[in-house]
Amino acid sequence: MSENSLTIRKFSDLANPTRFLGLAARVLPWLIGLTVVLFAIGLYLSFTTEGDYQQGETVRIMYVHVPAAWLSMMCYTVMAVSALGTLVWRHPLADVSARAAAPIGAGFTFLALVTGSLWGKPMWGAWWVWDARLTSVFVLFLMYLGLIALNRAMDDPGKAAKVSAILILVGFVNIPIIKFSVEWWNTLHQPASVLRLGGSAIDPEFLWPLLVMAVAFTLLFFALHIAAMRNEIWRRRVTSMRRQAARAAGREA
Amino acid sequence: MTSLFLRDLKLAMRAGGGALIGVLFFMTVVAVVPFAVGPDLNLLSRIGPAILWIGALLASLLGLDRLFQAEREDGSLDLMLMQQTPLVLTVLMKCLAHWTATGLPLVIAAPLLGLFMNMNEVAIGATMLTLLAGTPAITLIGAAGAAVAVTLPRGGLLVSILVLPLTIPVLIFGVSAAYAAVEDPTPFLPPFLILIAITLFFAVIGPLSAALALRAASD
Repeated sequence: MSENSLTIRKFSDLANPTRFLGLAARVLPWLIGLTVVLFAIGLYLSFTTEGDYQQGETVRIMYVHVPAAWLSMMCYTVMAVSALGTLVWRHPLADVSARAAAPIGAGFTFLALVTGSLWGKPMWGAWWVWDARLTSVFVLFLMYLGLIALNRAMDDPGKAAKVSAILILVGFVNIPIIKFSVEWWNTLHQPASVLRLGGSAIDPEFLWPLLVMAVAFTLLFFALHIAAMRNEIWRRRVTSMRRQAARAAGREA
Repeated sequence: MTSLFLRDLKLAMRAGGGALIGVLFFMTVVAVVPFAVGPDLNLLSRIGPAILWIGALLASLLGLDRLFQAEREDGSLDLMLMQQTPLVLTVLMKCLAHWTATGLPLVIAAPLLGLFMNMNEVAIGATMLTLLAGTPAITLIGAAGAAVAVTLPRGGLLVSILVLPLTIPVLIFGVSAAYAAVEDPTPFLPPFLILIAITLFFAVIGPLSAALALRAASD
């Protein structure tokens, strides 16, 4: 028992909200600066490299579309890890993290869907096709929105955190099944071509801007995520301060 | 456990139109489809299994939000949380009772509606078999959603929104197995076995997460 409480104390020491706020205040300006620089480089590269001989200029959509799609999945993974943190370690910041990540993830998923649709029109001749990958990303988007709705529907943040953590984990277990079943169902989208055994299938001309943009997007995600967590902590503090003020006012009256 | 099963079954049968209301909804959904796509019998027989599956999916979502809410309102949920038997087993039993009261009538009503859709005997049999194997999975996933939303006053719509994306694999494999039985080259067994595997998988995941959520939601 003593050992257990010690580890928990150490854990919460590392991540008690005030320390986290201090850390965020120190890290955030650097993170934002780095993100802006990488975006400048990435955008410059993606607009100066040659167009594809078949797809022409539209290939530049890829530099936004592919990183956004990667991040939509990474964000769910971050949420799943936070959900584990809430349920297993009762980590005080885990539920804040999960709650803050959901709208960002929904945003990236939406970006991936919109850019994919804009790219699909000239390439496939349709804004939307019921293809495996599009469908599974769309389902992911619906799950994000459902989780946000559930989180909003509950008043008590502690209870909402636990319940949505369970749902996040159920969804996380389910995502491979959905992906697999949808791929069995129908496919038109090209298979993964950047990360695969035997080297990348993409020409270095396109690969470099893509990688820079992917790193820039990832940093953007972390900057947004930390900022959103900070805002959430502040929001909770304001709520509790208001409650205290109301209580004090009630005592005086 | 048996008494809990029987109690839930009786409650479901007697309260608010009972099991028939789900079947009625199922029939209405299926009956509306020909008005939308036109009374072309060839087309109807082609899309028949898919229509039956969608109708069954929607009908089994219908009563899900009441799965734990009635127990919470009259306080028997607290008794279930406190009793000796593991909560997971209790939840599994409740799911079974719920399925027997709402899912099984759908399966039994499916052949009749299949006739309306001008499906042949093989297609009707296959659809019925896939519904029998697949609808428990919907109830089991739905139990997790119902438990998550149990404290919300109007959780019904939210439960459907949360649960529907998770049931997509069930729908895909159910419909593809039903079609595979009709169209010759594709074998019936692989998608059907995967459907059964999904049901068994959710028989573990669903009650487990539902029990966890019920414990978290109790005050």
